Amino acid sequence: MQVEYISAVNVVLGVLSRFWPVWIALVIVMGASFAYKKKLALYGQLFDSGVGIVGVGICLFWLFTAIFASTISPFDPLAQVPIMKDVLPGGIEPQSGLVYLFGGDKLARDVFSRMVYGSQIVLIIAPAATGFALMVGITLGLPAGYYGGKIDTVLSFLANLVLAFPVILLFYLLVTPGIMDTPIPYALAGVFFLFPIIFFSVLFWTRYKNRPDRIYILLGLTLVIGGWIYLGLVFDKDPLHIVHIDPNQLNIFVAVVFASSPGVFRIVRGLTMDIKTRDYVAAAQTRGESPWYIMLWEILPNARGPLIVDACLRIGYTTILLGTLGYFGLGLAPESPDWGTAIKDASRLLRSFIHPALPPTIALMSFVLGLNLLADSLREQSMKD
Amino acid sequence: MLSFVIRRLGTMALTMLCLTMIVFFLINLEPNLKKLAISQTEMHTSAEQLEGWLANHGYRQNFFVRYGQWLGVLPKQPVTDPTTGKPAQRFTFCNDPVVPTFSGVIEGDFGCSTKFKATVASKLFPALGATGILMFWVLAVMVPISLLIGILAGMREGSRTDRVLSVASIASTATPEYVSGVIFTVIFASWLGWLNGSAASASQGITFYNFTLPVMTLAIYGIGYIARMTRASMVEVMTQQYIRTARLKGLSFGSVVVKHALRNALIAPFTVIMLQFPWLLTGVVIVEVMFRYQGFGYTLVEAAGNNDIDLLLGCSLVSVFIVLITQLISDVGYAFLNPRIRVQ
Repeated sequence: MQVEYISAVNVVLGVLSRFWPVWIALVIVMGASFAYKKKLALYGQLFDSGVGIVGVGICLFWLFTAIFASTISPFDPLAQVPIMKDVLPGGIEPQSGLVYLFGGDKLARDVFSRMVYGSQIVLIIAPAATGFALMVGITLGLPAGYYGGKIDTVLSFLANLVLAFPVILLFYLLVTPGIMDTPIPYALAGVFFLFPIIFFSVLFWTRYKNRPDRIYILLGLTLVIGGWIYLGLVFDKDPLHIVHIDPNQLNIFVAVVFASSPGVFRIVRGLTMDIKTRDYVAAAQTRGESPWYIMLWEILPNARGPLIVDACLRIGYTTILLGTLGYFGLGLAPESPDWGTAIKDASRLLRSFIHPALPPTIALMSFVLGLNLLADSLREQSMKD
Repeated sequence: MLSFVIRRLGTMALTMLCLTMIVFFLINLEPNLKKLAISQTEMHTSAEQLEGWLANHGYRQNFFVRYGQWLGVLPKQPVTDPTTGKPAQRFTFCNDPVVPTFSGVIEGDFGCSTKFKATVASKLFPALGATGILMFWVLAVMVPISLLIGILAGMREGSRTDRVLSVASIASTATPEYVSGVIFTVIFASWLGWLNGSAASASQGITFYNFTLPVMTLAIYGIGYIARMTRASMVEVMTQQYIRTARLKGLSFGSVVVKHALRNALIAPFTVIMLQFPWLLTGVVIVEVMFRYQGFGYTLVEAAGNNDIDLLLGCSLVSVFIVLITQLISDVGYAFLNPRIRVQ
């Protein structure tokens, strides 16, 4: 049986129309942002420059693609239709009459659906891992910069130790199937996932310790929610079975947090050393505030500008790291639709077929580009103030 | 200055000691040893025989003893041949000694590769040479281009040239090697047919045809980053008082840029280029695997994939050494180039 094709123009139109939920959501969010940009502080200022608009647009595009993935993609990312093997873009699947918009890969799966579903994996792991890395880096970087001395020496040495590891070697050692038989990933996860709980507990305690009406609610909430997620992620013993993570995803997650938190640590440490010489810190010290209050409520809010910019860049960098992991076939399942794995599979067959390689590469590149543009325009806007 | 360098070298030695111990620990985890034993013995070997192989080849000694042996502070013991009961060579293909000898990294013996059935040194150093050639061409392409882009962009901040070049460099930092490699291969090898999509033949002889794609792929990610740093540094220098003075003296814009601004603007990019080496290392691994170029990265992947303990340790030692030495050079070089720091 011969596969029938639709024309190139129809492929473009088909792709554009498949993304309809994304366009609607984009129009609503961008429109609202434009209308209220005066009231939206830093986020609103992004809409003053072309670079900022493009950056926000690309990031939101992928965010909505990830959210509406099941509506956008015509096929299941893992479903194989034998007749569609290596089919060129625009091939019509005979049974359902739907189109393989970007063609089929060597295992006869729809490249378009895989690209759309791949965004889900990236958009869950990359920001979450960056968030944890930020927590770890901040919680350790603040005291290192504020106290200096021995704490600083020890922590900086440890951070430099991790930074001296070439990332690829670290991944080959930390993300292997064998390591999941050992307690190492779980121990690391146990340590890393503790940091957000510590961070928020200290944050609330230093601020509200003399206000029993607030402190008990906030601390209780932190411990209950934090403990619940902690149980689910580290021990996979969530009593309600909502929080769950696959062992190999946990492994990747831990490795990525491990690789990127020393970078955050260095930035926070540098910023803290700079900010602690300011007058308002001296004023707080004279008032007799505790060191952790000064770190979390005086220094940290004033370091937020560079940290937000760094977080944007870091999400992009984490996306690249995830792609590297996929490219070397580390951690993620071989049939996983993430972009790195797709690039690996397609790049081996470039001599015969190029169409399965292009969608994931362009997707990954555009998402990272969007984040970098966003970071650049954030940096420019925060410099203006 | 001298005491600073000595102190840094001391920290470096300590860091390398810690890192190699961590690597040693991670490579010698139980599942990895099992995998090694399975790959080194014949098929369908029983669990006892696997255990016997491990014990017989010295993998069951105390962790610190084995680390000491690898390092060369403890003597390497020959294995006992189970049939004759006499001491025998641990790996015959590496000509291991039959008497206890101090033979570790400190003595210059990197051990024995179980995958390639050869000494690590005979495998690692040719690979490093091949990567050295690749690195040379990458730097030769990357540094001039990125400095030029950075200077042109930073010369007149906010101009159209600046905008275009800045967005271009942001785009290049958003393109990791495995993305640009695929895109370049599609354009130049599959579509236009100008270049070879594989650099496997480059081991015999480097030609423009087989070597351009790897060099291009590796350079593009770094170019954006260095160009942005150069631009930032250039922009800062161009706002200085002495530049204004030089302009007001009536010097032409071109001569102000070349004679007054450039020298000072290039201090910061020097550090950045040096610190770029650790990133290049990851890039080298991706590019060498992608274009099948038999260099250091290719060896590292082979070693990691086959659980080749000594070879992987050798690779990590080399890469950690490169990272640390470039950090040292960048610090010393920065102090040397910047008179304000040199005087202190």
